[in-house]
Amino acid sequence: MADFLEFMVLALPEYYKGLQVTFQIAGVALLSGFIIGLPVSLMRVYGRGLVRWLAIGFIELLRGTPLLVFLFVVYYGLPEMGLTLSAILSAYLALGLNSGAYQAEYFRGSIQAVGRGQMMAARSIGMTRFQAIWYIIVPQALRLAIPAWTNEAVSMVKYTSVVYLIAVPDLLTRSKWLASKYFNPIESYLSVAVVYIVIVGILTLLVNYIERRLRIPGLEIESRAHH
Amino acid sequence: MTEPILRLENIHKTYGSNEILKGVSLDCQEGEVVVIIGPSGTGKSTLLRCINLLTWPEQGKVWLDGKEITEEGVDLNKVRQHIGMLFQDFNLFNHLTAIENIKIGLTKVLGLSKEEAQERAMQELHHVGLEDKHDHYPGQLSGGQKQRVAIARSLAMRPRVMLFDEPTSALDPELIGEVLEVMKLLAEEGMTMIVVTHEMGFARDVSDRIIFMEGGDIVEQGSPAEIIHNPKHERTAKFLGRINEIHAVDQ
Repeated sequence: MADFLEFMVLALPEYYKGLQVTFQIAGVALLSGFIIGLPVSLMRVYGRGLVRWLAIGFIELLRGTPLLVFLFVVYYGLPEMGLTLSAILSAYLALGLNSGAYQAEYFRGSIQAVGRGQMMAARSIGMTRFQAIWYIIVPQALRLAIPAWTNEAVSMVKYTSVVYLIAVPDLLTRSKWLASKYFNPIESYLSVAVVYIVIVGILTLLVNYIERRLRIPGLEIESRAHH
Repeated sequence: MTEPILRLENIHKTYGSNEILKGVSLDCQEGEVVVIIGPSGTGKSTLLRCINLLTWPEQGKVWLDGKEITEEGVDLNKVRQHIGMLFQDFNLFNHLTAIENIKIGLTKVLGLSKEEAQERAMQELHHVGLEDKHDHYPGQLSGGQKQRVAIARSLAMRPRVMLFDEPTSALDPELIGEVLEVMKLLAEEGMTMIVVTHEMGFARDVSDRIIFMEGGDIVEQGSPAEIIHNPKHERTAKFLGRINEIHAVDQ
């Protein structure tokens, strides 16, 4: 046990550098996923004809492949078609698009949970479809999506570990370096697991706090007003 | 007779293979309170939604203030500013407080300034007796309060006609009264109202005309006295017999 702790102290500076990369990738992927996911979900729910089918196509394509496979397609496959991206850019692209597809589905669920009555009420006071979606539906849908979204955010930190396979120097990659350097795979991988657990734990607490602060009475996922 | 404020002509609506409205025509004078009664599923709500064209009839025309709104090229969003609608489920905007629910239509649709919107919104909340709840969220209000806020939200848009789709059907009995009180007040103030309801007391005391609908068409219509005490059709009498049992309207 003492050896393990000793190793941890040794490893932490390296892990710290790895965490920065992990957070960077997770942050960019999450944000890109949001910027892609929300419009795609709107296209899916409110679009007609081609617009809707494009959204469905995107979602099914990205959710149909394992994240790792898609990452390899981007990193190894795109150069064949003339587009060569660095490892880190490939990571941003693959994780961002993947997250976008999943977020689109979370938002679709929450948009539909808002209910058609809200749209009717908004149109009945003279709002255009766009105004109704922008001022009434989306604000509520975003709030209803908070539990699913924050879950995605926390999980993203774990998903980023796939970039190990394209040699991006994230947290997992660093533990592999240490394992190779010190010939102690068990300690290396266990220690990095501990780091992931602690980070995910802290993020979960943070996210729960944010959810509590943002709560509006009556606007929860199970809320159905009956009197 | 003056030009009716609202006119429906030969409204047909089909859902799938079901013809819900079979050619309904209706005139409504300004200031009139019309109550529509009838069994569930008979197209009453659909009819209301065809008035503000939230639902499009397959056939038929609608006129508001003498202007045909079912015509090509009419800006329906503008038309809907003049027709208020109240729902059984209230449909208050859950992410906004009571006063914000009212203000949002004023600022985003009518283009009022924030100060004008605030003033008018508080005025209407006061009108329905809820100015002290202005900063409450719908989730913090009782059903009766929600419906009254919904009424205030509609009123703030200064509608020409207000449509009520079973406004008290989702309320506990002790909360129904406060909503009917407000509706009675509006009627006394001269608002043109079309109300789908089962509240026969309201129909008897406040309405100018009762319409009985069944099977997608109007069976009969007349003054409250005529319909309640002297229905001409057996179906009307039968329906009223049952509804009077439930609501214990003393004859």
